[in-house]
Amino acid sequence: MDFVNAIILLLNYIFVPALAYGSQLALGAIFVTLIYGILRFANFATGDMMSFGTMFVILFTFYFQSVGISLGVLPTALLAIPFGIIFMVGYMLVIDKLVFKYYRTNKSPPVQLAMVSIGVMFVTQAVVRIIIGPSDRRFFDGEKFLIKAGEFKEMTGLNEGLAIKSTQVITIIVTLILVSTLFWFLNKTKTGKSMRAYSDNEDLALLSGIDPKKIVMITWVIAGILATIGGALYGLDKSFKPFTYFNNMLPIFAAAIVGGIGNPFGAFLGGYVIAFSEILLTYAYRKFFMYVLPESMEPDGLIQLLSTDYKFAVSFSILVIVLLYRPSGIFKGKVL
Amino acid sequence: MRKNLNVIAAYSIMMGLIIFVGIFQSWNIALSIFNLCLISAVMTMGANIQWGYAGLINFGIMGFTALGGLAAVLISVDPVQEAWSAGGFNIIFSLLLIIAMVLAVRYILKNYKKSKNRTYIVAAIIILGIVILRFISEPGIEAIEGVDPAKTGFLGGLGLPIIFSWIVGAFFAGGLAFVIGKVALGLRADYLAIATLLISEIVIAIIKHEDWLTRGVKNVIGLKRPAPYEVNLQQTDWFISLVEKFNSSKLNLITDLTERQSALNQLVIEGSSVFVKLCYSGLFLVVVIILLILTQKALYSPWGRMMRAIRDNEEAANAMGKNVVKQHLLIFVLGSAIVGIAGAMLVTQDGLFTPGSYRPLRYTFLIWVMVIIGGSGNNFGAILGGFVVWFLWIEAAPIGLYLVNLTTAGLDDTHFLKVHLIESVPYFRFLMMGVGLLVIMRYRPKGILPEKIEIK
Repeated sequence: MDFVNAIILLLNYIFVPALAYGSQLALGAIFVTLIYGILRFANFATGDMMSFGTMFVILFTFYFQSVGISLGVLPTALLAIPFGIIFMVGYMLVIDKLVFKYYRTNKSPPVQLAMVSIGVMFVTQAVVRIIIGPSDRRFFDGEKFLIKAGEFKEMTGLNEGLAIKSTQVITIIVTLILVSTLFWFLNKTKTGKSMRAYSDNEDLALLSGIDPKKIVMITWVIAGILATIGGALYGLDKSFKPFTYFNNMLPIFAAAIVGGIGNPFGAFLGGYVIAFSEILLTYAYRKFFMYVLPESMEPDGLIQLLSTDYKFAVSFSILVIVLLYRPSGIFKGKVL
Repeated sequence: MRKNLNVIAAYSIMMGLIIFVGIFQSWNIALSIFNLCLISAVMTMGANIQWGYAGLINFGIMGFTALGGLAAVLISVDPVQEAWSAGGFNIIFSLLLIIAMVLAVRYILKNYKKSKNRTYIVAAIIILGIVILRFISEPGIEAIEGVDPAKTGFLGGLGLPIIFSWIVGAFFAGGLAFVIGKVALGLRADYLAIATLLISEIVIAIIKHEDWLTRGVKNVIGLKRPAPYEVNLQQTDWFISLVEKFNSSKLNLITDLTERQSALNQLVIEGSSVFVKLCYSGLFLVVVIILLILTQKALYSPWGRMMRAIRDNEEAANAMGKNVVKQHLLIFVLGSAIVGIAGAMLVTQDGLFTPGSYRPLRYTFLIWVMVIIGGSGNNFGAILGGFVVWFLWIEAAPIGLYLVNLTTAGLDDTHFLKVHLIESVPYFRFLMMGVGLLVIMRYRPKGILPEKIEIK
């Protein structure tokens, strides 16, 4: 019985939260990796673009709530996401036309594009703050828990409860659907294949008659979908604050590079690698050992490898180690 | 003279703007802008050495700034005796252990060939070391943080004049840069950017949470100043007579004695804070000028020419027998050390150290905007960038307010759009920076004062 309790404990505090957080990171990381693979620059505006899309999701959610449209037990935001995506993709295409296109056609070095993306970052940040303000916003409605800790205890008769938030389940399901559609698109359809070809070798792809304008446009559309959904899911699960989104750029970059930049599947797994290591290394295992070990061997301390303050530092250290020993990432991406 | 005309013109306009603020807003604001402009100028010089001279991207400026600030604390704060006696031994022992660990790893890496066993042994040493380290340091840290936590709760510093920290800050930042450089300089440009950005976040995390060393988010306040205190100045005779002399024409207009006295008091209070800021300006100006002379000399020396050669064509420079890796490391350390000086200056001016305030937007990306807008590779350009961008960063809110009032003049004062826009005026600075950067990068990619190389 103690053993089952220990497992439930780990599920409740490590596995489920890490899976949800990892999914949110994974979507962002695929976004970074696609931009890097096809448009060939590190996009420092990642976090702010995600907050831009989320902002529109929130605005539409508020609008739907005010006119009384809801999805019942599901959050209204799911209904607002498509509208958010439309605005996000529109914004990205405008930005691309006004800013990035010039450098792309001039074949500027990637560093210059990265610098330009910092300008875009500042502008996007300003736009988001001017429209919706810098404060913390919650836009979740509907049923909060799928399984409540108390109910679970009653049902199973265990000491440990397992609480599963509906946002966590939604996050994981949506991520799985989205990512499998994306991989199907990239691997099976003609457009997807031409995108991969373009990412692999631009000159050869152009020779074989692939239209670069179309590829770039589709990349931004996919990026817009990923950014909006990733941002909205994060906001539903936690809360929306422009500054947090800007900071999320860092673990997202870490996930993309750890997975091998330019490799969408690597980025997907990279998100989970980062999320799990962050939570595994900063969790206090005291209660777990109390269940597993006999009473005489019970630990005194918290048995915490690192204090939770170093959550971010964990993912960055992993990144640094990966960069040193396997610069192309765990799943071979572009060689640095 | 002729060819430097645009430099002189740009700087005169900048100075004119600051004087304009002095006349129309207040001299206090103008001087505080000027001081921060000078500090920004030091930071941009550091970034410019790395980016403009050698083409290295350093997005870790925030980390080096914070380390400079930490130096200011560790140099100027008086040592906390009880904390040292409570946990000093553990801390010193832990430090020795870390040194021993590093030496052992170095020894193994140097003397044994690369193999699986070597990797395992190194990993074992590191893991074992960390475990022992935790056992030794934890009681010490707890004891130190328990010493009067509301006031101290940390080891304190050396109790020396804070000016020394400017040099120590440079060494701290340079030391960190040496480690980062050894690790990350082999990476390609944009990965170096990401790696340094993340490493600087780690540095901030450590400074924020190692309370025994830095007091963490509890902040260190009331650092000793190199300049006189306003309160003391207001009671010094020579200062009061100085203020009286400066404002004699204004004061002579007032005939009533008590009124004259109160007016004088008001002037003395204002004058004292202006005087203190002027003292800082003088100190900072000395640093900027010394650094400017040194960097200019370096730029036109054989070493500077070699750096540009490396920047423009690494392979060719390598083929000519220049050690690219070593030079990159050197310039990374030098640039970061300059940023460290700026960090210490910043904390000196504020008189307080707040680890929570170090954010990448303000301390990394804004500095980069300064370098790019000013003109990378040109020291005068980088300094000008520091001035222009900081000036706009501060004055963006008043300008934004003016623009909002202008465009919404037809609307009622209570109209929701107008109220909302006026509330969001502080964020116009982001917009201004972003648009400025994009416009400069598009139409004047070399910055306001572009790099000019002349062989002397």
